[in-house]
Amino acid sequence: MVATLQGQYGSGIREAVSYLGQNYMIVEPSIVSDVLQILRDREQFDYCVDVTAVHYPEREKQFDLIWILYSFARNERIRVKTMIADGESVPSAVSIWATANWLEREVFDMFGIRFDGHPDLKRILLPDGWKGHPLRKDYGIIQQDEEWVQANLGIESGQ
Amino acid sequence: MSDLKTPDLKTADPTRFLSHLELDQPDKTFLDSNELVINMGPQHPATHGVLRVILKLDGEKVLGTECVIGYLHRGVEKIAENRTYTMFNPYVDRMDYVAAVSNGLGYCEAVEKLLNIEAPPRAKYIRVILTELNRLASHQLWLGTHALDIGAMTPLFYTFRDREEILKIFEKYCGARLTTHAFRIGGCQYETYEGFERDVIKFLDFVPPKIDEYEELLTTNRIWLERTKNVGVISRADAIALGVTGPVLRASGVKWDLRKAQPYAAYSDFDFEIPIGTNGDTYDRYSVRMEEMRQSLRIIRQAVERIPEGPIMAKVPKVMKPPVGEIYHSIEAPKGELGYFIVGDGSTQPYRIRVRPPSFVNLQALDVMVRGALVADVIAVIGTLDIVLGEVDR
Repeated sequence: MVATLQGQYGSGIREAVSYLGQNYMIVEPSIVSDVLQILRDREQFDYCVDVTAVHYPEREKQFDLIWILYSFARNERIRVKTMIADGESVPSAVSIWATANWLEREVFDMFGIRFDGHPDLKRILLPDGWKGHPLRKDYGIIQQDEEWVQANLGIESGQ
Repeated sequence: MSDLKTPDLKTADPTRFLSHLELDQPDKTFLDSNELVINMGPQHPATHGVLRVILKLDGEKVLGTECVIGYLHRGVEKIAENRTYTMFNPYVDRMDYVAAVSNGLGYCEAVEKLLNIEAPPRAKYIRVILTELNRLASHQLWLGTHALDIGAMTPLFYTFRDREEILKIFEKYCGARLTTHAFRIGGCQYETYEGFERDVIKFLDFVPPKIDEYEELLTTNRIWLERTKNVGVISRADAIALGVTGPVLRASGVKWDLRKAQPYAAYSDFDFEIPIGTNGDTYDRYSVRMEEMRQSLRIIRQAVERIPEGPIMAKVPKVMKPPVGEIYHSIEAPKGELGYFIVGDGSTQPYRIRVRPPSFVNLQALDVMVRGALVADVIAVIGTLDIVLGEVDR
């Protein structure tokens, strides 16, 4: 599977590794949408388990964006990973798996990563007017949007 | 699992899954329209917590819905990054608080995988017994509240009466009834108490007639049938596209259970069936969960009879420092696939923990399931999805 993808995209598939018995591949952001589409259509990864991200502030490409996929027919999991810089966006996977809708909204909410072509990209867990993206590493654990708290809850501080 | 064919994904129109509330559009036909937008929740007894559903109605008919969630958001994933692996363990119990043992099992196994250690056989059996008891408790709570939402009050009292017996076992085992923190990374903290096996077997003999009793109240009850048959139907292809898991997926005819597909703990040692439905309606989900309760009892009985002797804790370093790397591990929680994605950076604290919550993903299917139905069916569908808002919002 990896070999055919590599044949098609060459160095776009940067790495395909197995760690502790789990497979994942690292791909360039420009082809990630195509790779996901191929994985679903050709390789039967019909269930998108999760979409998530990890923040590495000291890196130039700050975010790891991860899709965890599963195939019912093969009983196999695979992770597709791509690295993007702050402010960069990736194509949405909602048209590939409907379940990506809320999962991408959560990534946007928590990390501020934008997904192009998402039908309704807005915050999901935090209120709409909130400032900041809590799962970024530079967001403190007790940090809150004091302005929002004061305006909407009528209290001095959420702490 | 190879008998599963991929559903026809190419014909599935993705826009079907999108909510069409258009709340920002001005209502042009205000005077001669029957359309009405109302809020259900966040303070509504039938939303099982603080879920707010915006409903767009035409009379009693639902045209579209939108879920507003996050009222219980506590930033569990952020907390994880600021705690050690051991310290985070009790926090996971607070997500799906009616099935805390399952959460703990998933987390402990994920960290064990990252550390490359394995719990001893006896610990695995204890884990299976408690997790299955918890699945039963979770399903009982679901049945009681779901039936109550639909208008049957008696099952609530019956199920809570019997669930109490499970909670008593938990209390005797680890001192807590709900947020149990029953397992530790590497095994179990506590050896079973004196008479544990006796208590569990007593429970196994006690509960099957009680499950029959619930079924007597509901399975052929005409009101129950009218309220659940062909209500909230979700097709097999839709269920897979929406990433729905657990009993909701199985009721749509997909024979997939992680305990069988990718066995963890000691599940490969036991005989049990995976019940599935055919129509994917509320009644099928009810039947699937009822049968799952019986199958859980089967697993528990085999586990109690065969529980091996030996240590209950693997050799785990006092200061836990998993290597740099990442792991995804998931288990079949009562609600569906509960996954943990853990990124370790070689320190005592996880660099990132992502929880893949089954309730959150399943709730997304609500819109598809209730569009075109009646308001009263929304209540039935929220009940049948078996969501726990603590897990949806984390």
